Amino acid sequence: MIKEIALIIVSVVFVNNFVLAKFLGLCPFLGVSQKTSSAIGMGAAVTFVMTLSSAITWIVYNYVLLPGDLNIVAKVFPSIRELGLIEVLKTISYILVIATLVQLVEMMLRKMVPALYESLGIYLPLITTNCAVLGVALLNTTDSPKHLGFLQATVQGFGAGIGFTVAMLLMSGIRERLALANIPKPLQGVPIAFICTGLMALAFFGFSGMVQ
Amino acid sequence: MSEQNNLKEFTKGIFQYNPMFVLVLGICPSLAVTTSVKNGLAMGGAATFVLVCSNFIISIVRSVIPREIRIPCFIVVIAAFVTMVELFMRAYLPPELNASLGIFIPLIVVNCIIMYRAESFAYKNKPFVSVLDGAGLGLGWTMSLCIVSSIREILGSGTLFGLKVSETYQPASVMIMAPGAFIVLGLLLGFFNWRKLRKSEKAMKAVMKDD
Repeated sequence: MIKEIALIIVSVVFVNNFVLAKFLGLCPFLGVSQKTSSAIGMGAAVTFVMTLSSAITWIVYNYVLLPGDLNIVAKVFPSIRELGLIEVLKTISYILVIATLVQLVEMMLRKMVPALYESLGIYLPLITTNCAVLGVALLNTTDSPKHLGFLQATVQGFGAGIGFTVAMLLMSGIRERLALANIPKPLQGVPIAFICTGLMALAFFGFSGMVQ
Repeated sequence: MSEQNNLKEFTKGIFQYNPMFVLVLGICPSLAVTTSVKNGLAMGGAATFVLVCSNFIISIVRSVIPREIRIPCFIVVIAAFVTMVELFMRAYLPPELNASLGIFIPLIVVNCIIMYRAESFAYKNKPFVSVLDGAGLGLGWTMSLCIVSSIREILGSGTLFGLKVSETYQPASVMIMAPGAFIVLGLLLGFFNWRKLRKSEKAMKAVMKDD
């Protein structure tokens, strides 16, 4: 059990890093990675939302969307038992869960950690449209290669958040140096950030094959 | 006059507000699906459909959506169209194309381009111009996807639309994997910046000559 969980975390943080191998969550990755402090804050907020949303979307997927005896809606409307709601409501229900959760995090942070709330600014509500959050929910529930259990899905969400934070932290370190470097004018700003990300992705290739 | 304006609403999405090379929005799918031109075209088509439809609907109902809850309303409208596209693609397109686009079709919901147009254009303008605006930006994005994906396909697998380009070329498969995507887009953005800089320098010189 512990071995399986450790494998999931290593795989999702290093081998299949969401930013560097799966191209998810690039907007905040490039937008908030200019300073190390805000990169850590953003990473923590995203990790929190990802973990919770993985847990909740797993429950929604297994007890509301999938056809079968477990479906709660089918108890009221028996016709849903055969087909389930998976085809039509998957995307909409997931994004609503995430949007609600982000609103909750926003309210909690404003009450409890006002300093962090101020420094994250516009990027906090934008977690809703961070494709890494919706991406991990969708990947948890694709059932390929196998159906994930509740604990595995939640751990995968948490690990994906950690992977995102690691990538952002490394990138913010590089960009703090880049700000002082002498870069050709057309490449300044976003283009050089992309090229550095490419080189980082190349470095992360070294982890591939470590976990199947 | 108004016809000219309409044309401008359409063409601005292709050059002046090109979503990929000028606004740098919607980067995640632009990198993930550009492994071959076929994938790029399919993704561009799907996103353009969603963009046009959601712009149209949002612009029709813009007067009844309260300002405070407009974002959730936009998301629900967009998600409905994305679900339609997803079901359509699964029904009519080859399964291997669906497999290679994978989760990036449902992820159109959180594509920044669509949200950006809903918020900054469709919510403030009439339905007809909103449709033109959506079609223009969608076309601009599809064209950029084709540029990136043809470069990556030629370098990475030595083919274009699945046809072999050269007999002797050894494909560098890193180009169709993650690092190649980042580097190609970085260099392309640099190229467009370089052109813009050169243009403004020329304009400056011309002004100085006149003086």
